[in-house]
Amino acid sequence: MKIKIALAQFNTRLGDVKANLEKHMERIDAARKQGADLIIFPELSLTGYALQDLAVTSALRPHQEDPVYNELLHASKDIDLMVGFVHEDRRHRFYIASAYLSGGKTLHIHDKVYLPTYGMFDESRFFAWGDSVKAFDTRFGRVGMLICEDFWHASLPYLLWLDGADILLFASASPGRGLHESPRLSSSEWVEHTNRAYAGLFTVFVAHTNRVGYEDGLNFWGGSTIFDPDGNLVVRAPDFETSLCIGEIDLNQLYRTRTRLPILRDERTTLVQNELERILNIHD
Amino acid sequence: MIDLKINTTLAEKILTGFIKTELNRVGFNKTLMGLSGGLDSAVSLYLSAKALGPENVLAVRMPYKTSPQETLDDAQLMIDDLGVQSMTVEITDMVDPLIHYYDDMDKRRAGNIMARMRMIVLYDQSVPFNGLVMGTSNKSEMLLGYSTVFGDSAAALQPIGDLYKTQVRQLARAIGVPEKIIQKAPSADLWAGQTDEGELGFTYEAVDKLLYLLVDQRYPPESCVEEGFDPDFIEKVMRRMRQNHFKRIMPPIAKLSQRTIGYDFLYLRDWGT
Repeated sequence: MKIKIALAQFNTRLGDVKANLEKHMERIDAARKQGADLIIFPELSLTGYALQDLAVTSALRPHQEDPVYNELLHASKDIDLMVGFVHEDRRHRFYIASAYLSGGKTLHIHDKVYLPTYGMFDESRFFAWGDSVKAFDTRFGRVGMLICEDFWHASLPYLLWLDGADILLFASASPGRGLHESPRLSSSEWVEHTNRAYAGLFTVFVAHTNRVGYEDGLNFWGGSTIFDPDGNLVVRAPDFETSLCIGEIDLNQLYRTRTRLPILRDERTTLVQNELERILNIHD
Repeated sequence: MIDLKINTTLAEKILTGFIKTELNRVGFNKTLMGLSGGLDSAVSLYLSAKALGPENVLAVRMPYKTSPQETLDDAQLMIDDLGVQSMTVEITDMVDPLIHYYDDMDKRRAGNIMARMRMIVLYDQSVPFNGLVMGTSNKSEMLLGYSTVFGDSAAALQPIGDLYKTQVRQLARAIGVPEKIIQKAPSADLWAGQTDEGELGFTYEAVDKLLYLLVDQRYPPESCVEEGFDPDFIEKVMRRMRQNHFKRIMPPIAKLSQRTIGYDFLYLRDWGT
């Protein structure tokens, strides 16, 4: 089975959900016309990234009664969507979230687990952290979603892999940093190496959408990619440019790679469990 | 290892994108800046012309009566090279009344008056030109506090504020700034014969390496000594950084209410854009 995945990298209007919804609808329409089965939007694609006090006023509740979310649900009837937004729960906690929408329904919402709060980042000042990571079933097989800092921690992709995910969908709003002699920023190189490593180590597909544009002095570097289970690059969007980049993946490659390289078969999860229990002193 | 070499193609890409986007999103497509004939304003000018087109950039020469003709000629060379818009506003008649108003005026105060007058000229011209004032400060001088607060430090955007002086020089070469400008001794031109390095007491070449370790690489001072830097030099630079920090931040607001600007009323400049 072959599917086409669209990576939508673009700039957002900071805190203006309606303007950003329009940008989503344009790209959904374009991706649909180009035969894409799934379109992946960056982290906080409906709001912009450095929200600070705008976090609470740009939040939404992911159900039909919300007009913005409802429009996205409708749009997901003939193309699957992964969108980024501020998720307000019933008790007024605010999360950085990505939702997977398909056939007019929400299949899964992932609340960002790791909120970077160091250096240039201040996320946990404004947001609550998610406390779970789960794979879920889609019409393309089992999938896992992570958001930016989530995949700077190897444990989360690992858990999704064990939970059955064969396609990892990553969204980020990664500020560019680390200018040296290299033609790419350190941050771009680091993220791409990591994504390639996850694809190869877990023999899965890794599709990553990163945004572009600027917020005050921060630049976002784009460079969205898809890697296949051999760790090979399927497609890469340009750095710093607005783009709708479409890559086709062949899900049968999972069979071919895993019969050659049965890393998943050989993974000793009980050993991992035992050692984690020992390390965490669970039986003390 | 201290390696201050930068990929100038990448720097140009990011900084021209920054200038264009950050002007456009607040409703502008033009910029203006003072053009001294020195390196920093040259780099801001060349980046702005590339980002916005030369017709959308206004270079303002603002000499004082003691400014050497050579600096005016150097500025003109770049104006002609790029085809940007330009104007010359001599500030002598504006600043001399204030300079001569006090008997105890000294050259540092006079220099600050000139820097602030140039700021007033630029912010005034920003209205008829319908553009925003582009900053020309680099990371070395910002960290060392080698600037006049509310003078040359006043700007809407700071495109080269995260590049050390020695990196600005690399970028200058790559984006076509004339070699004559690049080779000149850095000077604020506030009085005859003034040079940055003479006034600071060390070279940018030396201090940029130290700042890179202290700031970018988070070296403690004792590790900088191990790397071969003189302890007195380190102390002098760290003191300058500390004492001039006020120039890099907004003035503190005395907190009284439940929600105070800067502490718990937090928005980017780009709010809603």
